[in-house]
Amino acid sequence: MSDTQPVKKVCIIVSKGSLDGVYPALIMANGARMEGIEASLFFTFFGLNALNKTTLDHLKVATVGNPALNMAMPMLGMPMTMPFPTWMGALPGVSAFATSLMNKEMEKLDIPPVQEFLELISDSGGKIYACKLAMDMFKLKKEDLWDRVDDVLTVGQFYEDAAGAGTHIIFT
Amino acid sequence: MQKTIAGTTVEVNEEGYLTDMSQWTTAIADAIAAEESVGPLTESHHKVLNYLRDLQKQSATITIRGVGKSGVVTTKELYDLFPGGPLKKASKIAGIPKPVGCI
Repeated sequence: MSDTQPVKKVCIIVSKGSLDGVYPALIMANGARMEGIEASLFFTFFGLNALNKTTLDHLKVATVGNPALNMAMPMLGMPMTMPFPTWMGALPGVSAFATSLMNKEMEKLDIPPVQEFLELISDSGGKIYACKLAMDMFKLKKEDLWDRVDDVLTVGQFYEDAAGAGTHIIFT
Repeated sequence: MQKTIAGTTVEVNEEGYLTDMSQWTTAIADAIAAEESVGPLTESHHKVLNYLRDLQKQSATITIRGVGKSGVVTTKELYDLFPGGPLKKASKIAGIPKPVGCI
């Protein structure tokens, strides 16, 4: 007999602020709500880039230090095995170009832009939190953030929110 | 496999989703809704069910974003009408296949 405990709640910590760093967390949180699983997102460090009003819809794909960019080659009609030299990622415009390519592909799959995605998660009952310490570090105030952020939490409050059997904490 | 729902024998898969959407009736919808702890079904529920059935007839991809932007129902309302997995439950009650997407 398998003894399976259902996942009741996911608390996802988002510490990266690139497009490819933020989207997996948004998708996992929304997917959890669609399955009837409670979800909260805790944005910390560079993850706050995805909550800052002025930057949230301008996230970029990391083209420097990303040795897996060859995966985007099929979007240009080239084979995935074609290498993407890492120095090319540093050329002006390359990150913007890769970002627009990715955004286009995501739109085709009905994956919304960041702000709309946050709205979708919030409308579904998911919670959106910002990390207090990271806010202080980056000199951000609550009014700098997207209007519907539920709260600014300390680490202790984050763990309080995560309490309960069946909660899973995921760090991204 | 076959299952008798609301006095009618219908074809379903292992998870209880109708495999032939033409066998669906509102009585079947009521019965599945009760099993899924949804409802009782109101006009608002039926608007969503009809919309999903129309999409399925057109073989369109069903996503939560698409339904939320359809004008038929908002995301919030959808979650309130079908608590605990809105798209999965609504699809089951509407007699169409379980949505396969992640969005």
